[in-house]
Amino acid sequence: MPDLPVKKSLSVDHLLGVNDLTLEDIEIIFSTADNFKEIINRPIRKVPTLRDITIANLFFEESTRTRVSFELAEKRLSADIINFSASSSSVKKGETLLDTVRNILAMKVEMIVIRHSSPGAPHFLARHINSRVVNAGDGTHEHPTQGLLDAYSIREKLGSVKDKKVAIIGDILHSRVALSNIFCLRKLGAEVTVCGPPTLIPKFIDSLGVSVEYNLRKTLQWCDVANVLRIQLERQNIRYFPSLREYTMLFGINREILDSLDKEVIIMHPGPINRGIELSSDVADSGQSIILDQVENGVAIRMAVLYLLAGRIGYSDANAQPS
Amino acid sequence: MKPRVIITGKEFRVTIERLCYELIENHGDFSGTALIGLQPRGTLLLRRICRALTDTHGIVNPLTGEIDITFYRDDFRRREMPLLPQSTNMNFVVESKRVILMDDVLFTGRTVRAGLDALLTFGRPEKVELLVLIDRRWSRQLPIQPDYTGKCVDTRVNQKVKVTWKESEGNDGVLLYEDIEGE
Repeated sequence: MPDLPVKKSLSVDHLLGVNDLTLEDIEIIFSTADNFKEIINRPIRKVPTLRDITIANLFFEESTRTRVSFELAEKRLSADIINFSASSSSVKKGETLLDTVRNILAMKVEMIVIRHSSPGAPHFLARHINSRVVNAGDGTHEHPTQGLLDAYSIREKLGSVKDKKVAIIGDILHSRVALSNIFCLRKLGAEVTVCGPPTLIPKFIDSLGVSVEYNLRKTLQWCDVANVLRIQLERQNIRYFPSLREYTMLFGINREILDSLDKEVIIMHPGPINRGIELSSDVADSGQSIILDQVENGVAIRMAVLYLLAGRIGYSDANAQPS
Repeated sequence: MKPRVIITGKEFRVTIERLCYELIENHGDFSGTALIGLQPRGTLLLRRICRALTDTHGIVNPLTGEIDITFYRDDFRRREMPLLPQSTNMNFVVESKRVILMDDVLFTGRTVRAGLDALLTFGRPEKVELLVLIDRRWSRQLPIQPDYTGKCVDTRVNQKVKVTWKESEGNDGVLLYEDIEGE
């Protein structure tokens, strides 16, 4: 039954990783994202909430999907935005991360969305600057909004995440998506199995409460959802498996293997897909795949995170008004 | 302190009934009219009025919707905790429709202002009217006035008017509380 508006905020000032969030935080983000999902399907898909907030998107590493998704989320919330990419900036001239960011902040920026190839870069910034920091991927560490939107997409498709069986398949070693997914899914009570070549599965990953499996067919037969990860060739300095062809034969998901199961598995992929390697095109484009739902949900989740983090910027009791 | 009763259960029924007659006078069979409640408490008024229109006055399936105004408020970042939104249920656009916006209590007018903003994201209505159960006179901070009023009351800022509903609180009525901190 509806009652007076509920006032709640996240337990954190920055979104640095899903590991820092409580179960209640995740639930607040999801319920807020439900509202934003409704808003982005309206005739006018914009709310004025962050109109007095400036957000800098600092992408020190290439990104298409995440950058566009954050940018769209910010625009739909009416925030002013500055886009920055390392390839066209003074970083190339040798400026440090902190100097670059301090200069941007001197121009009065309230929030920062940062992607960086070094794990911990957003944490470092959060310690040294006053703005709210959102981690959009730091090296091989975490990609919290992706973890949240993946779990949100499972919740949307299956009704809840609790007790669902989720397999994360592929390059677990280099994947920040895998780590954020594991944290998020475990907090929400899902069972998680990671599957991939032994060389791409980190030692001691079972200490995070996940099972390890090396056989793709067995994993698919067990799971309700398969989150298939990209083989990150750009992060592999040495060869972890003999050839892409061999990887595809052992860990690539195609129609044939899915048809041989006695159940329908939901297929997810954080993108970008290496078509024909970890996922065949007919599977990626099939009704089993919720890859494009993930993309749509990404905007709603990022709107929710930005809204909730922005809520307490510059809060002042003196400004409180009766309503 | 014990709250003062402004409207009792019996008066409540009569007031709802009168509001229905006033609506019928202006909107006839409600074709081309949409009734929209503001979350959270305006939706309870909406449901009650709709039930009366349907059961007592034979209005068939009036078009109804519920709008949440959280993201349109003008006090974002002025309170310690952000407000969590309630659901918006609008499965139609209001383009060229006559809209009756409903809320339980009209106080500063800021909620209704935000409601108008939220409403306009669903199209450009031909006309928007405002219906409130209680109008707290002399406390407006914006130039907003109701078209249909259940009852006008004179209150101070540190008083609080609460509408109770059979569905949520067990009985219908309107209460006035003294010396409540401004919410």
